[in-house]
Amino acid sequence: MAHVAHAEAQAGHELSFWRKYIFSQDHKVIGIQYALTSMFMAVLGGLLAMFIRLQLGWPGQSWPLLGRLFPSGMPDGQMNQAFYLASVTMHGTIMIFFVLTTLLTGGFGNFLIPLMIGARDMAFPFLNMLSYWLYPPAIIILLASFFVSGGAAGGGWTAYPPLSALPGAAPGSGLGQTLWLISLALLILAFLFGSLNYITTILQLRARGLSMMRLPLTIWGLFVTAILSLLAFPVLLAAAIMLLFDRIGGTSFFVPAGLLIGSVPVDHRGGNPLLWQHLFWFLGHPEVYVLILPPMGMISDILANNARKPIFGYRFMVGSIVAIAFLSFLVWGHHMYTSGMAPVLGTAFMTTTLVIAVPSAIKTFNWLATLWRAKIRFTSAMLFALGFLSLFVTGGLTGIVLAQPPVDIYFQDTFFVVAHFHFVMASAAIFASFAGTYYWFPKMFGRMMNERLGKWHFWLTFVGIYATFFPMHYAGFMGMMRRIYSPQIYAHLQGLQPLNVFVSIAAFVLFAAQFIFLYNFFRSLFRGPQAERNPWRATTLEWEAPSPPPHLNWGETLPTVQRWAYDYSPPDMAEDFQPQAAPAAVPTGRSREGRGDGGHAR
Amino acid sequence: MAQRVLEQMKSLEATRTAGGNGPRAPAGNGGGSGWSREEAAPAATVRVGLWFLLTAVTMLFIAFTVAYAARRTAPDWAPIALPPILWVNTGLLGASSATLEWARRRGRRGDAAGVRGGLTVTTLFGAAFLVGQIAAWRELAAAGVFMATSPHSAFFHLLTAVHGLHLLGGLGALGYALRRTAAPAPAGPVLGGEDLTSAVLGSVAIYWHFLTVLWLYVFFIIWS
Amino acid sequence: MPTNDTTSGTRRSAALLGIALALLIVAAVVTTLAARSRWWLPPLASAQGRSIDQLFIATFGIISVAFVLVHGLLALFVWLYRDRGQRASYWHENRALELTYTIIPAIVMTGLTLSAAGLWSRIHSAPPPQALVVEVRGEQFGWKARYPGPDGKFGRIDPRHYSARENPWALDPADPAAQDDLVLDISTTGELHLVVDRPVEVRIRAKDVLHSFFIPAFRVKQDAVPGMVTSIWFTPTQTGPYEIACAELCGPLHYIMRGKVVVQTQEEYDAWLAQTRS
Repeated sequence: MAHVAHAEAQAGHELSFWRKYIFSQDHKVIGIQYALTSMFMAVLGGLLAMFIRLQLGWPGQSWPLLGRLFPSGMPDGQMNQAFYLASVTMHGTIMIFFVLTTLLTGGFGNFLIPLMIGARDMAFPFLNMLSYWLYPPAIIILLASFFVSGGAAGGGWTAYPPLSALPGAAPGSGLGQTLWLISLALLILAFLFGSLNYITTILQLRARGLSMMRLPLTIWGLFVTAILSLLAFPVLLAAAIMLLFDRIGGTSFFVPAGLLIGSVPVDHRGGNPLLWQHLFWFLGHPEVYVLILPPMGMISDILANNARKPIFGYRFMVGSIVAIAFLSFLVWGHHMYTSGMAPVLGTAFMTTTLVIAVPSAIKTFNWLATLWRAKIRFTSAMLFALGFLSLFVTGGLTGIVLAQPPVDIYFQDTFFVVAHFHFVMASAAIFASFAGTYYWFPKMFGRMMNERLGKWHFWLTFVGIYATFFPMHYAGFMGMMRRIYSPQIYAHLQGLQPLNVFVSIAAFVLFAAQFIFLYNFFRSLFRGPQAERNPWRATTLEWEAPSPPPHLNWGETLPTVQRWAYDYSPPDMAEDFQPQAAPAAVPTGRSREGRGDGGHAR
Repeated sequence: MAQRVLEQMKSLEATRTAGGNGPRAPAGNGGGSGWSREEAAPAATVRVGLWFLLTAVTMLFIAFTVAYAARRTAPDWAPIALPPILWVNTGLLGASSATLEWARRRGRRGDAAGVRGGLTVTTLFGAAFLVGQIAAWRELAAAGVFMATSPHSAFFHLLTAVHGLHLLGGLGALGYALRRTAAPAPAGPVLGGEDLTSAVLGSVAIYWHFLTVLWLYVFFIIWS
Repeated sequence: MPTNDTTSGTRRSAALLGIALALLIVAAVVTTLAARSRWWLPPLASAQGRSIDQLFIATFGIISVAFVLVHGLLALFVWLYRDRGQRASYWHENRALELTYTIIPAIVMTGLTLSAAGLWSRIHSAPPPQALVVEVRGEQFGWKARYPGPDGKFGRIDPRHYSARENPWALDPADPAAQDDLVLDISTTGELHLVVDRPVEVRIRAKDVLHSFFIPAFRVKQDAVPGMVTSIWFTPTQTGPYEIACAELCGPLHYIMRGKVVVQTQEEYDAWLAQTRS
């Protein structure tokens, strides 16, 4: 214990408050900074979703109290169309880029990678700090766009030109759209710096004995995700730069000749709007997997730990993560079946898309096989992991419907798509994040979260998610289009309103339930019982470090890995788990000091 | 300062001997943690990161040039006359890569003054290239060709501007190398045969040569 | 500490989750059956729509089986294998099992790919020669349509001649083929008229930003892309009025960008065309 403190003092150089908590280069602090900032943005993104549901549940209704709070967006208490579209756009942008991507890679990735591979920190700590500190300016610019003339961008998170390229085309296409692009470009730089770090760290700084095929699946998910980001985000950056050129420099990359906004001719010539869609979705589809591969890894680890059983089919799991990542670069056109793209491409993209169903099925059944003849503990983390499994399957299956271009003709841009991606990508990723939080909170903060509140949170969220998003499939069956301010003028959407009211109420309950989590989180931060070193009796390396780990994570010696990450309930051992770093098999399992009963080096 | 960095790199190099799985030997002064995040990462790790950075930059330019290739095939494509000064700029950038190589060679022979001289000349050539690119823009503007004039001019401005930004970063890296190699180099090879100068210069050279090759590529597709 | 959960706590959680998952299956089936009467695809009115609906129903059947299977197994496993003090089995590999659930989805996906590819190529085949040809144009925030005159030719377009009142289609007055073109506002004053059981090729333009030409009853959707003319053909099979919607976000009033289409017999159509032209 003494030498740990000694190393601490020596390496820490008595950092000032600023260097220790604000401009920190410690991966754990940066991870927590990313996570807390993402939580703040999640509340904001959720609030915007509430505006959307308020409008769709009761179109035309006046809310005088809200009118006083948002005089420009809701004059006389009635939401105007531009504000509605800004909410839709910002909800998508914030949730996808500013919450899930930052939380999963910046938050969990930063905190877990060095700990789970037995390193002292990231390969490039300064770059890591820089990555985080690009995030708040991006947020400020994004939020500032709500207050400029015309309001925030209203062209959807996909920002299809010409709507997003021509300032005269819509109120949100003014300065708001420019700020949106600048903010996104900054955040892309943050992601790229982060990804560079994650890849290099995992390749170069693994503990002795930790070969790639011994890595926990969490690390595999984060590793492959970082490669995806590194290849896909520069393409979005290129597209964003070109769109900025079109908006500010008067070039015509995406705006064709001969357009008229109202009666005003547009002074652009010779661009192609489909080019944006190709570039955007070349990023956009891998981005979906950026949001789902880390959850797949995290869920695998949490499932194995709480089932007290090795993950089933480790090699197939790794193989399917890699296969999904590779295929994700070949499927972008499935977002464009009705876009005017050559029909033969539709067939090609359908084929690659349906192929992805195979590795996805492998993963699902491997998780189920992991549960077979297990010994399941129902911790909050486990409940969310099991919930993830359900949501991922429900959302993934509807993807098979949308993958087929003839069927997609009908469902494209309807609420069926909204239901699909909210299950498979949004809710599933959020569930994995909750599972990860309940699971790794003790390691992050050295305290336990409240399990009773965690279970209430799970049940309300699980039921809330299904009540909110499942009925959206039916709205999609009816042909209700996405991003419409009100469905009421359409004959084919009559009779839909009760469904929308139900969805809205469910969404409000779902949102409210998240405050249970916030309360639990912040209360446990200060009041939670002290966490042991390894409260879940887990095998992976992060549990070898004290809770919370000190600066530079390990004492004088680094852990040495002896075996794979899933030695749960190994035969001829009394204990039902054998840590990765435990010395080679000791039959009685109790001989190693400090295993499983905490208190070490605190 | 350099001494401390060197010690760090030496100790870190020891960790690299087992192909990424090696234990981290305690630092030379003994008893310490052997690794501190305040210190520079080892050269091999920097190289890995660097290659992935170049991958990302390559993806950026692939995206631009795929768009360019698609746009060129449209029937209304009208090429602009590119200013001949671009050939001079190309020569300058090529020369800068050559002088950087020369500096590296001096470094291997332990000629610190030669390294500084070579780096300074490289930086000057690089800066001259940027000035030349701006001159090319001005020449076009004088001929009435602006960014928004035609798709070809738009792509020309876009590609040269983004390449120029990356080159500006390269100039920063050269400046960093100048500063790092300013201190007298300790004698004898360290870091498994690689001394500090060649470790720093090696990484900077990878990036700088990449930019030269990238420019040749951009120049080729934009001219042809 | 969670590992100290009493057996009754584990049992309660397992029971709750098992029941919840079982209820989820029941709820999904029941609400889907209930939705069929109220919240379902609008009644079908086109020839290609029949095949699309069949493919959809087939796919829906497949995914329903998978949904029930996975959730059923999940419910069963959480109940059966809850922590009752037993030791979990150290069973983590079975090549045959893994290959089974690799190959079965692969076969199903191959089948779906082949059937969908066939239908897709039929939908995008060349329109039959007797097809009616009309143009529609999306603009903020409505649809316009153009029928060729008796010469059967669409006149040239030049945006410089645009005038919201006199020349909304920006026809070039110098082109003789443009003189007799019939331009209708199908969002407000007029309707898009089609002939029952006669294929129609719709060529789609956009005046300002992206729109999407969506007729739910026909299972037809095709984006209107500025700078391009996209096209789609289909055969209406039922007379009557139908809705045209815009399915691509096009601005603040996107939600009112509604159009009307009327399917008539050939005689009614001919009479309408003659009357409108005169």
